[in-house]
Amino acid sequence: MTTTTIDEAPFIEPSTTAKRNYINDEYGVMSWLLTRDHKRIAILYMISVTALFFVGGFFAFMMRLELLTPEGDLFTSDTYNKFFTLHGIVMIFFFLIPAIPAVLGNFILPIMLGAKDLAFPRINLLSWYIYMIGAIFGIYVIVTGGVDTGWTFYTPFSTQYSNTHVFATTMGAFITGFSSILTGLNFIVTVHRMRAPGLTWFRLPLFVWSMYATSVVMLLATPVLAITLALLMIERVLSVGIFDPALGGDPLLYQHLFWFYSHPAVYIMILPGMAVISELVAAFTRKKIFGYKFVAFSSLAIAFLGFLVWAHHMFVAGISVYSALVFSFLTMFVAVPSAIKVFNWTATMYKASVSWQTPMLYVLGFIGLFTIGGVTGLFLAALGVDVHVHDSYFVVAHFHYIMVGGTVMAYLGGIHYWWPKITGRMYPEWWARLSALLVFVGFNLTFFPQFLVGYVGMPRRYHAYAPEFQVLNVLSTAGATVLAAGYLLPMIYLAWSLKFGRRAGVNPWGAVGLEWATSSPPPKENFHETPVVTWDAYDYPAFLKAMKETQNV
Amino acid sequence: MMLADFPLFPEQASTAARTVDTLYLFLVALTGTVSILIWIVIFYFAIKYRRRPDNELAQEQEPPKALELTWTIVPTIIFLGIFVWGAWAFFHVQRVPDDAIEVYATGRQWMWKFQHASGQREINTLHVPVNRPVKITFASEDIIHSLWFPAFRVKADVLPSRYRTMWFQATKTGRFHIFCAEYCGTLHSGMTGWVEVMEPTAYQRWLAGGSEGSMASQGEQLFQKYACNTCHTNDATGRGPVLAGLYGKTIQLADNRNVVADDNYIRESILNPQAKIAKGFTPIMPTFQGQVSEEDLMRLLAYVKSLGQPQTSSLAVESPRSLQTSAGAPTTTGAAASTSTAAPATNTNP
Repeated sequence: MTTTTIDEAPFIEPSTTAKRNYINDEYGVMSWLLTRDHKRIAILYMISVTALFFVGGFFAFMMRLELLTPEGDLFTSDTYNKFFTLHGIVMIFFFLIPAIPAVLGNFILPIMLGAKDLAFPRINLLSWYIYMIGAIFGIYVIVTGGVDTGWTFYTPFSTQYSNTHVFATTMGAFITGFSSILTGLNFIVTVHRMRAPGLTWFRLPLFVWSMYATSVVMLLATPVLAITLALLMIERVLSVGIFDPALGGDPLLYQHLFWFYSHPAVYIMILPGMAVISELVAAFTRKKIFGYKFVAFSSLAIAFLGFLVWAHHMFVAGISVYSALVFSFLTMFVAVPSAIKVFNWTATMYKASVSWQTPMLYVLGFIGLFTIGGVTGLFLAALGVDVHVHDSYFVVAHFHYIMVGGTVMAYLGGIHYWWPKITGRMYPEWWARLSALLVFVGFNLTFFPQFLVGYVGMPRRYHAYAPEFQVLNVLSTAGATVLAAGYLLPMIYLAWSLKFGRRAGVNPWGAVGLEWATSSPPPKENFHETPVVTWDAYDYPAFLKAMKETQNV
Repeated sequence: MMLADFPLFPEQASTAARTVDTLYLFLVALTGTVSILIWIVIFYFAIKYRRRPDNELAQEQEPPKALELTWTIVPTIIFLGIFVWGAWAFFHVQRVPDDAIEVYATGRQWMWKFQHASGQREINTLHVPVNRPVKITFASEDIIHSLWFPAFRVKADVLPSRYRTMWFQATKTGRFHIFCAEYCGTLHSGMTGWVEVMEPTAYQRWLAGGSEGSMASQGEQLFQKYACNTCHTNDATGRGPVLAGLYGKTIQLADNRNVVADDNYIRESILNPQAKIAKGFTPIMPTFQGQVSEEDLMRLLAYVKSLGQPQTSSLAVESPRSLQTSAGAPTTTGAAASTSTAAPATNTNP
């Protein structure tokens, strides 16, 4: 398969391949640590979240090793409990929530809007520092002995019974929350105020719509997490009876508050994945996304409905039958906009020009895995089935299909897609395809058996398990090994490409979008002249006609 | 290492298991078909319309716009159908039949303790008869646990300081797992046990084995030990309300609210008597918070319940009405109709 290189978009002056760009504009450590450039802040975030991704991955791999045999023979129970707790906390608060918004969103969103930067560049830098302070709390906890509450911090275990570093961990999550609030705020104001002339709402790339929806959720839900964790810390330290029934509190109140944030947080994690996939589908099929407005509004619908379904995590926790009914009913509706997206992406491929380059492989993987993750959500929303599978490995498999099969696949696809723009270099295509294949195979081998073992009856968070569950667990651990290789490979070849990769032109994919109209890497101010937008998003017909004409000349 | 023996489907050992599995297998078939169709379409498009020199540009032709509404409305209808079916199955799992055998359970880090109405106690093992509904009333002594019988497809979180109930009707004899499903600290994965489902005659023989008297009679002794009987006398002369016939009645409080005297009301009235004062009485009862163990509380509850029931023996094991169908399954699948007949999981209606 040949890579078509089109170096010019029809709407830019050809002389933008400037020598100066955001990377070589200034030198020195301080020029990075005190930068206000959204692109440099994105790089800071990229380094931080990648490091923490491998920390979280290490804990996952240790868990899989322990689960190779039914007996708890590799680590003590306490160590294992700390591993799954830290895996969850690191992956959710320090990787999945910031990954796409703070890395790809930070880098690409202002460029997509034709803006010089985000609305509040200093607040953007502040958000990274806040994130790092939270991460330092996390690392302090890891180094000094860990925490064993599970990432959900359920009371009264977390407030009265656990003797690990609950306070420092919740403090870390509490602090990190403010970095998402600031990022969300920054994105919302930027999208409202800093769009290029002519860039109306319905000309925005779907990435922006989805990122906007994410930002709204970040801004509205994260404060609830802050309040919840603050109450938890107060109860733990001062023994105030908020959640402890012995003091007149209510442990279910904690769960309501926690999931009021943490269910929307699922959408904070998956909406950015959908944002990336919409861009990738358009670019690698060279087509306008089918049903643009449906996809755009489905993001907002997900953001809205995501606030109304939190108690579906509590069907067996002791809520009344009637509230279980209401939340099961509402949960069915949140599945609809996700289904709409999958169908629209699929329909976009009809009579398209489908490239099989790496980012598209991630798109195919995403749609396949997200579909499984989505439909298994229906099992959990169906009350009678949830009673059985709740807190089993079925749930573990389900949310990994969404979070890893969805968000991580989208993140990797996005990283490959925008890598030439971010670094000015191409990644090695064949290595990247191999790694995408390894990730897909490894992922399915790891997590598909968990659906089965969950329905058979294996509870989650079990250090040791009944012998009849072993075969499926061995498959899962084998898959995790393949998956680990799939994740390590990009680290190597992407680092290699920084120096040895082929130089990317302005627009190596022949994609439409303002980010492909500026040089790679972009100059510090993104565009030498503010672009004026006169076309719709993904206007491939016009773009490709223009391209054909230039080729025929 | 027994690698050869691994099930891909759990044992079906209760009435609920059939209900839940039918829906589960339907969902597997439905969502499996849809997922496979989506993959086929994706890969068909990805191969058929792959980028080739003669296909550098996508065609401008789009699928018909009517598709958009189709794949919005059709999934919505299907999802609502799943909701109704799921809710129907849920009622079956939640609604306790009136004639269920009563068992009491407490969870604590990291063991399950069971008490039978006739007084037998066991740890991490639960003996029940086959083909009889069994109702478990449970609470936790410390933190949240979750009582899961995978072979019966029932599970419920066990909360500190609150009674909840669950039920099942085993359909085959044998030995099945009990797991704690809510993470509860160090030995969470060791908080497991076995439920032994027995033939009615064998169960009766097991029950006849030594015990310290029924739970109600043990509760009566506690009632005297804590001197409850000095105020709660059998006639209206006592300083506290008469407890005979109290259980399950609606009573009026001093602030004119009406409450049902259910398990949780009785529990609260022992531990925190000031919370709800019955009309016409003065708040003079001392609190028993921290003085009565969770298991003793259940015995006191069993005693108070026995006062409310004219025929003292709630254990009708002499005549096992085998294969009796549960009264729990609603006859209509309509959600609204079912709602009015369902008992909330947290309340126990006598």
